[in-house]
Amino acid sequence: MNPSKFFHIKRKVTSVIMMSLSLVATLIALVPLVFIFYYTISKGISYLNIDFFIAMPKPVGETGGGMANAIAGTLLLIGIGGVIGIPVGVMTGTYLSEFGNNKFGSVVRFLTDVLSGVPSIVVGVVAYTLVVIPMKHFSALAGGIALGILMIPTITRTTEEMIKLVPHSLREAGLALGIPKWKTTILIVLKTAWKGIATGILLGLSRAAGETAPLLFTALGNRFWSTKVGQPIASLSVYIYDYAKAPFEDWNQQAWTAALVLMLMISILSLTFRIVTRSKYKTK
Amino acid sequence: MDIKISVKNLEAFYGKNKVLKNISIDIPRNKVVAIIGPSGCGKSTFLRCLNRMHEVIGGTITGSIQVDGEDLTKTDPVLLRKRLGMVFQKPNPFPTMSIFNNVAAGLRFNGVRNKKILTPIVERSLKQAALWDEVKDNLDDSGVNISGGQQQRLCIARTLAVDPEVILMDEPASALDPISTSKIEELIFELKKNYTIVIVTHNMQQAARVSDSTAFFYMGELIEYDKTTKIFTNPANKQTEDYVTGRFG
Repeated sequence: MNPSKFFHIKRKVTSVIMMSLSLVATLIALVPLVFIFYYTISKGISYLNIDFFIAMPKPVGETGGGMANAIAGTLLLIGIGGVIGIPVGVMTGTYLSEFGNNKFGSVVRFLTDVLSGVPSIVVGVVAYTLVVIPMKHFSALAGGIALGILMIPTITRTTEEMIKLVPHSLREAGLALGIPKWKTTILIVLKTAWKGIATGILLGLSRAAGETAPLLFTALGNRFWSTKVGQPIASLSVYIYDYAKAPFEDWNQQAWTAALVLMLMISILSLTFRIVTRSKYKTK
Repeated sequence: MDIKISVKNLEAFYGKNKVLKNISIDIPRNKVVAIIGPSGCGKSTFLRCLNRMHEVIGGTITGSIQVDGEDLTKTDPVLLRKRLGMVFQKPNPFPTMSIFNNVAAGLRFNGVRNKKILTPIVERSLKQAALWDEVKDNLDDSGVNISGGQQQRLCIARTLAVDPEVILMDEPASALDPISTSKIEELIFELKKNYTIVIVTHNMQQAARVSDSTAFFYMGELIEYDKTTKIFTNPANKQTEDYVTGRFG
């Protein structure tokens, strides 16, 4: 056989093998995802009704009831977290990308990476020490602060990476038009990178929505309806934790439903973000 | 000769690296000056020094540059760049903005938001940039969904909208096809009635076609600066002659 033909076949075979391996790896990665969806939906759907969204939890022994307080609580908690985490994260990311090409910048970058690796329960302890102890009681505020801190590294790093993707030529175009640097940064650079930054914010919010550990000793939980920032508050994730380990079949079922609702909330959030940040123009 | 920009003993540095050596050159009003020379000769840096865009990429200068007799280092770079607009090598329209807003960007971001004021300026600028007829029905479309040549004319319109006195062009046609290039060249010819133009180009035919005077840069030095016809037919310097006849560079 002529050698060039031999190598041609060899390359083709290698290509097919590698493609199959990638496909197998993808399928393996999808297995847990499919199982999570399958179990959550199949087990959670039975309790998913209007009551779950508008009714309060029933006392032990009574069936039915809902988790209206926990749904409102989770929304409030990620709201407080977002109010803290989004501006701090976006602004830090902008600083790092546009002005952070120095010693201070690399220190901040390093600390942000460290923060993203800190276990969420440690952040909970910090919020407990800084907020719960001085206030002398658990509160939605403390939980929100813990979640906000957890969002910061994700949002900071995505913002920085997304802003770095904006071509330098656009900054120069702005500056050459006599637009001051700060306006160029906000109105041109940030605006161009906005879609990517929104994805980072979404990742931060979704992660925060599912956090349980830092809420246990900050927001604590609440069997009753509350939207007071200064009071303990219920959340879906803490309810899932409590109900899943409870010895009542009924509660275990509701934990699955709470998990399903949490997943739906994150999906809706994600979808909303995509629609809101959708580009005005169709790309060719 | 009516001098618009007067450069004396200009030296430019990136860090310790000297990229322009003792450049003195006078740029006349309402004329086109072409800067030619091989890659790395400092011609783009020279252009950037004229509206202090070299500072954006970390350059420093010594010597003096005067625009209408006013020392450039004493001006606010933001205000200076409104007077000396710049068109870059690669078209760089703002991707998040419509054609209209691309042209209006320099004004809108400096506080002019009234559409009644902006609309005639946008129309005038697009007409000056010879783009109006092609985009007048699609002003609300994205500024990046038009062809490369149109994008570059959009960038020229954007520069014209802030009403500059000088237009600095850094190889404005090098990324374009021949038809778009000839459109840009016709445009330069039209624009010099009202503006002073400095154009950096790699293309010697282009320099010969559009410019009144030509400066030849080599290794950071200004080798020769004279009327374009003289540079291309009877240059005084051997290096210039070798370069324009294609013997090196």
